[in-house]
Amino acid sequence: MKSLAELQAIKNKMKDKVVLRDGMEGMRVVVGMATCGIAAGARPVLNAFVEGVNKEGLEDKVSVTQTGCIGICQYEPVVEVFEAGKEKVTYVKMTPEKAQEVIEKHLKGGKVVNEYTIGAVSA
Amino acid sequence: MKELSLNILDVAENSVKAGASLTQILLTEQDGTLTLEIVDDGCGMDEDVVRSVIDPFYTTRTTRKVGMGIPLLKLACEQTGGSLAISSVTEEADPVAHGTHVTATFDMNHIDFTPLGDVSSTVLTLIQGHPDRDFMFRHRLQGRDVELDTRELREVLEDVPLNSYDVMEWIRGNLQEQYEELSDRDTRDGED
Repeated sequence: MKSLAELQAIKNKMKDKVVLRDGMEGMRVVVGMATCGIAAGARPVLNAFVEGVNKEGLEDKVSVTQTGCIGICQYEPVVEVFEAGKEKVTYVKMTPEKAQEVIEKHLKGGKVVNEYTIGAVSA
Repeated sequence: MKELSLNILDVAENSVKAGASLTQILLTEQDGTLTLEIVDDGCGMDEDVVRSVIDPFYTTRTTRKVGMGIPLLKLACEQTGGSLAISSVTEEADPVAHGTHVTATFDMNHIDFTPLGDVSSTVLTLIQGHPDRDFMFRHRLQGRDVELDTRELREVLEDVPLNSYDVMEWIRGNLQEQYEELSDRDTRDGED
């Protein structure tokens, strides 16, 4: 059973990590989680980012957060990527598979996946 | 919505937005009826707002004028012959015991019943997005409970965030084991 003792062990292990994370200037991945996003499939997309970022060992560099309605409901699930000193990148009509690609190419490799951005879809 | 668990996520997000420090998600399955309750200690709504929140053309959101969360949940329960009720107390009316209580009932055997889906994922999504808030989840199946209370976890974790990956994996595993234990017991009961 996943016991509280096991949780205690996780806590002890995490304590040093928390300190390390503070003050990190990294990337921020924001997933729209209002009615429109949820109905369009934002929950598995968020999950893919949370899991993928951890699997790739990017958790100290990339944070994954949620937001409400961004105002472009027809393009949901919408994911925005913020990075200090760079222009915001808006990915639209996301899926867990596309998320995987964004993690590898953009979050890890630093190269925007243009075909999934709002510019490519609305152009 | 493809799963009721997504309606639950959507409505619980409203509780968070209403400033709730504790949001309770209570599911009770008994003799073919599912009762869903979402109870929060947020800022509450006055009578007019409660009435209009059920109307799809009412919203507090500023980006657009249409809010669909509650109407979609209402549709999901009413299409099974069930019903939706909201009671709410504003912070002004009662500075201590304020908040909102949404209750929806469903006939699980109705052909238009939307499957509950992955409720554990909904609980995890809420915790991931709002690690500073508390959530109490209880799924009662024929009198047996699957339960998770972030207040208990917080006591152990102290300043370690609830949305740390390892903590979330622990929560996922914990819920999964609780569900498996229930279905194991059902199988054993069947053999007796």
